[in-house]
Amino acid sequence: MTKPISPRRRRAFDWSTATIAALACAAAATVYIRDGHERFLTILLGDVTLFAEVLPKVLAGCLIGAFVTLLLPRELVARWVGHESGFTGLLIAAFFGFLLPGGPITIYPVAGAFLVMGADAGAVVAFIVSWTLIGYTRALVWELPFFGSEFVIWRIAEALPLPVIAGVLARIAIRAGFGGTTK
Amino acid sequence: MTLAINTLLWLVVGTLAFIAASRGRPLLSDGVRVGTMEFLLLLPRICIGVIGSGFIAEALPNEWVAPWLGPESGFLGVIIATIGGALTPGGPVVGFSIGAAALKSGAGAPQVIAYTTAWALYAIHRLLIWEVPMMPARIVWLRATVSLPLPFIAAALAMLLARP
Repeated sequence: MTKPISPRRRRAFDWSTATIAALACAAAATVYIRDGHERFLTILLGDVTLFAEVLPKVLAGCLIGAFVTLLLPRELVARWVGHESGFTGLLIAAFFGFLLPGGPITIYPVAGAFLVMGADAGAVVAFIVSWTLIGYTRALVWELPFFGSEFVIWRIAEALPLPVIAGVLARIAIRAGFGGTTK
Repeated sequence: MTLAINTLLWLVVGTLAFIAASRGRPLLSDGVRVGTMEFLLLLPRICIGVIGSGFIAEALPNEWVAPWLGPESGFLGVIIATIGGALTPGGPVVGFSIGAAALKSGAGAPQVIAYTTAWALYAIHRLLIWEVPMMPARIVWLRATVSLPLPFIAAALAMLLARP
């Protein structure tokens, strides 16, 4: 029952972060030289406060992600999504995209399992788009620190219909002969 | 607002921890350990990104950002943002830092939404590194193709439902 989780191999530092760090240092130096000591400190203090305020939410997001991974067997999810069809199938796939935590390394194998369990490509597309756009772990851990909760809630509210729209478009494309054979 | 969100989140954490504990102590400690490790590994990146985007936003002259991506830039701004999002390489720290810096230095909310949506859905390097090796190729291209209009739909919805 307690499947061993395959944690995404993460290092605390990588090239993306190094690039942003270099850009940030250049920007900080520009601000310091151009606008002076006081402006520099004001911005630094503002951003450090923002960062500190968001920490409890990020920690909560990480813990929720870890517990959901442990408590919700992925085979069960795959079976649910695989056996539903029609519009309900798209809604369920979108819901699990929202619910399942994890990075690309854990999400794509789940999407692959949906296909094996009999889900159609529309449901798989709805799932991946949903995970990308309205997945809560991504929003809590990544988006919230940068944009603040009001902006994120507002953005997610607008993104809600998108996974189902993508799923419907995928079905239309398949019916129109996209990519040859269906299923 | 912040307090309400924090309370809600920690209630969810508490409930999940309780369910895990009722299924056995090891499950509870596994969850706490995995979640905390993830948090500690992410901290430096988020810290650099959040503080960095503040300075990048301040260093960028407003006159550069506003005409191209400002609220007045309209649909053209959305197109520029969408293309920028698709071409932005790197992990979340890059996409979100740039989006946040643009927003702080005068970009419009619908344009920033188009940027982050495009970056999340069809950043080309991610498609090649993650999706192609793990999914049937047909599904990957189908997903990418039907995702094409989504940043525009998101931006249009953002324009309709004005920001609170």
